Amino acid sequence: MRFIAARDDRRPIGAFFTRYAGVWLWLLPLLFLGLFFFYPLGAVFHLAINWAFTQGWSVDVWEQVAHPLLFTVWQALLSTLLTLVLGLPAAYVLARYTFPGKTVLQVLTTLPFILPTIVVAVAFNALLGPRGVINVLLMQAFNLANPPLQVMNTLGLILLAHVFYNTTIVIRIVGSAWSQLDQRLEQAARVLGASSTKVAWEVTLPLLRPSILAASLLVFLFDFTSFGVILLLGGPHFATLEVEIYTQALQMLNLPLAGLLSAIQLLCTLLLTVVYARLGDKQPIPLIPRLQGEGTRPPRGWRQKLLVAGMAAVLLALLVSPLAALALRSVTRLDANRGERGPVIPGLTLDYYRQLFINQQDSIFYVPPVQAARNSLAYALATTGLSLSMGFLAVYAMRTRSRRWMEALFMLPLGASAVTLGLGFILVFNRPPLDVRSFPWLVPVAHSLVALPFVVRTLQPVLLSIPGSLRQAAAVLGASPWRVWLEVDLPVMLRAVLVSAILSFTISLGEFGATSFLARPEYPTLPIAIFRFLSLPGALNYGQALAMATVLMAVCGISILIMDKMSV
Amino acid sequence: MRISRLITIFLAAALLIGACAAPAAPSVAPTQTALPTPSGPVTLTVMTHDSFAASKEVIAAFEQQNNAKLSFLKSGDAGAALNRAILSKDSPLADVFYGVDNTFLSRALDSDIYEPYASPLLSSIPAEFKLDPQNRALPVDFGDVCINYDKAFFAQKNLPIPQTLEDLAKPEYHSMLVTENPATSSTGLVFLLATIAHFGQNGYLDYWKTLRDNGLVVVDGWEAAYYTNFSGSSGKGAQPLVVSYNSSPAAEVVYATTPIAEPPIGSILGKDTCFRQIEFVGILKGTQHLALAEKFVDFMLGVKFQEDMPLQMFVYPTNTQAKLPDVFTKFAQLPAQPAILDPAVIAKNRDAWIKAWSEVVLK
Repeated sequence: MRFIAARDDRRPIGAFFTRYAGVWLWLLPLLFLGLFFFYPLGAVFHLAINWAFTQGWSVDVWEQVAHPLLFTVWQALLSTLLTLVLGLPAAYVLARYTFPGKTVLQVLTTLPFILPTIVVAVAFNALLGPRGVINVLLMQAFNLANPPLQVMNTLGLILLAHVFYNTTIVIRIVGSAWSQLDQRLEQAARVLGASSTKVAWEVTLPLLRPSILAASLLVFLFDFTSFGVILLLGGPHFATLEVEIYTQALQMLNLPLAGLLSAIQLLCTLLLTVVYARLGDKQPIPLIPRLQGEGTRPPRGWRQKLLVAGMAAVLLALLVSPLAALALRSVTRLDANRGERGPVIPGLTLDYYRQLFINQQDSIFYVPPVQAARNSLAYALATTGLSLSMGFLAVYAMRTRSRRWMEALFMLPLGASAVTLGLGFILVFNRPPLDVRSFPWLVPVAHSLVALPFVVRTLQPVLLSIPGSLRQAAAVLGASPWRVWLEVDLPVMLRAVLVSAILSFTISLGEFGATSFLARPEYPTLPIAIFRFLSLPGALNYGQALAMATVLMAVCGISILIMDKMSV
Repeated sequence: MRISRLITIFLAAALLIGACAAPAAPSVAPTQTALPTPSGPVTLTVMTHDSFAASKEVIAAFEQQNNAKLSFLKSGDAGAALNRAILSKDSPLADVFYGVDNTFLSRALDSDIYEPYASPLLSSIPAEFKLDPQNRALPVDFGDVCINYDKAFFAQKNLPIPQTLEDLAKPEYHSMLVTENPATSSTGLVFLLATIAHFGQNGYLDYWKTLRDNGLVVVDGWEAAYYTNFSGSSGKGAQPLVVSYNSSPAAEVVYATTPIAEPPIGSILGKDTCFRQIEFVGILKGTQHLALAEKFVDFMLGVKFQEDMPLQMFVYPTNTQAKLPDVFTKFAQLPAQPAILDPAVIAKNRDAWIKAWSEVVLK
């Protein structure tokens, strides 16, 4: 220690940085948040208040607020519970057992996360719709006249879609914590005579609590601000706050009401985060996290084998079958003889993929699939880099500062209305150097705002789980702070870093709303290309949209596979 | 706390990687230049909605003739794009705005975002399209929101195709129609306007009550209605009738997987079953390139662009000198008596109509 101090004395600038590092460390992510989140949001609220004063306040506010608010909370609670019901056992199986096809299953369960809602609506329709695979099979099997399953435009479908989208959050976040649990504790409890249920309740669950809480919070906030799922799958009978904000802000141009609704949405997020922070305060005893892979093994005995097989089957049925229906539809020709009104003769075709490479109408906005994929990947990589670096700075800052208020701050972007933030971007970023028109960086910046809460929530519990004694031991043994970080912090956090990277990457890859708003038409991403096809009638457009969606899934799947492999 | 320094390095590296992986633009894409040099081309920014499309060749011709670069700024659907233009009117993001239609026209004119321009080409455009006497918004194209039907369905069931709005409320067409929510979709809004034009402000809600009781399906937007609910599209939905456009049959032929002789769908063209939508272009106040913006407006109203439009956006040209492509004359038909409402009346009542409609149909 004396040696280090002496060296620092000779380098006053280095000493200065070392001494004040703690100060500017947390300034950077705060500045980022301030410039790209609070500033545009403030501009919208400012304008909304101005309009409210100049144009008066005519609507019956309470009625317009109460109904969507209640429904939003209700469906988000239900969705989160259901997501946990599926996600926790899945996380357990994937964290504790190795089995053939595990890596592929893990990648496949992540894919729903990236699919644009309109594509999911198409997939669910192909599977569950009145003329979907399941209804057709049931009608044939039982000789029914009408489709027995009527799920389109019901609350059930909203919940199903939320489970479909968000289970991967639970699997990734809780699963990564589960695979690092010290199994000797559970073994000790068993040896001391505790039943396996008792071990689960009194050892495993308390230890997993931080990660379960974190995953629940993220899932809840995602469901809470749900927009596309409600509009497209729930239909117009259901309205969440976000849907109401969209309608008021963009269709009715009623900024005061839209501003009020987004303020309420933000307030709820803040409240929830504070409650979460209180719950998270009661940290379990710090334990030495184990390295990844230590506790995983193949299932033994028929019970474990059944469990693993059953879980895999459930995941395949719920999460993978809509994806498969989509991919299948993209190579199926359904309309060959439609013009002649004969029976439909389905056949396999690669026409839709071939057509992706042809600019049929010589449009200036045509984009070849490879280039759309390249744009998507570039944005996703930039988002991953940006959100990981900001996230790292933030979690280290929160470790040393009084952290509760900052935690809430970094969760806020998840509860902010995307529509409101989009309006804010227009209001404030319209002159150089930060100009929506010429600043392609705004796209990864907007994506990072959404990804940052995930990164923070994923990294923080793991960082806090590293006992100080481990670092002190390393330091006493002569390791420099840099080496301590490299050989203590980083190996323990590696899995969480990977999870954050995958989540930010996929968030960016699938994002449509902000991208369509901020990206220049010359840099279309895959989701934007999908929308361009779906906005015109015609069998070819429909087929190409599905082909492009399959390309999106493939690009995402391969990228996740590479990231998964890199970390091992 | 040497960690911080490491993180700085990590951050710098991440930024560097991000910068290297900057999105790739197609070589033909116009690039934004902040300050045009005297000899270089001037960039004209056109703000428009997501559905805007044009041929490369046509755009390139304009750019060459005028030593200009065209940059398009797409901003969501027609309503969202207009609101964006209104919200940024103090420091305009673009020089020209294309895509406001007659249902939004009054909002655009009231917000005072346009510079008037009496284009010489207006002489080739029929008076019925010129809704703004001050020429701040100039009509570029039109189309009709109509009900499309699935030909195969009605042939198989031996059911006559409904001809009027009243027919749709009859029990034989129970749960056959899907429409869009007027609060979230312009297509849905336009169809609501057709019923108001036909039944009057006092009668339209009763009509919607009977439609609701007759199993009407409402979805949020055109994409869902057409591709997941409509049985005539590739989505193979459950409803054989959808609120869409009179040009949809032509689009089904152009975008068929294998060439087809007849479109699988048709449009119902009875009295008031269609509502005419007219789209306008206007020069945004505060433009630095007024002369060029005027040239661009002339270009949009000129024959070359007008003849390119139908197959790009599936709309009809307003310029009477522009010839229609064959698929349009063969497979798309114009209704003899489309419903029409005064834009000022629409602007005044729009929100109240949508609210009343929601109360009746959705609650």
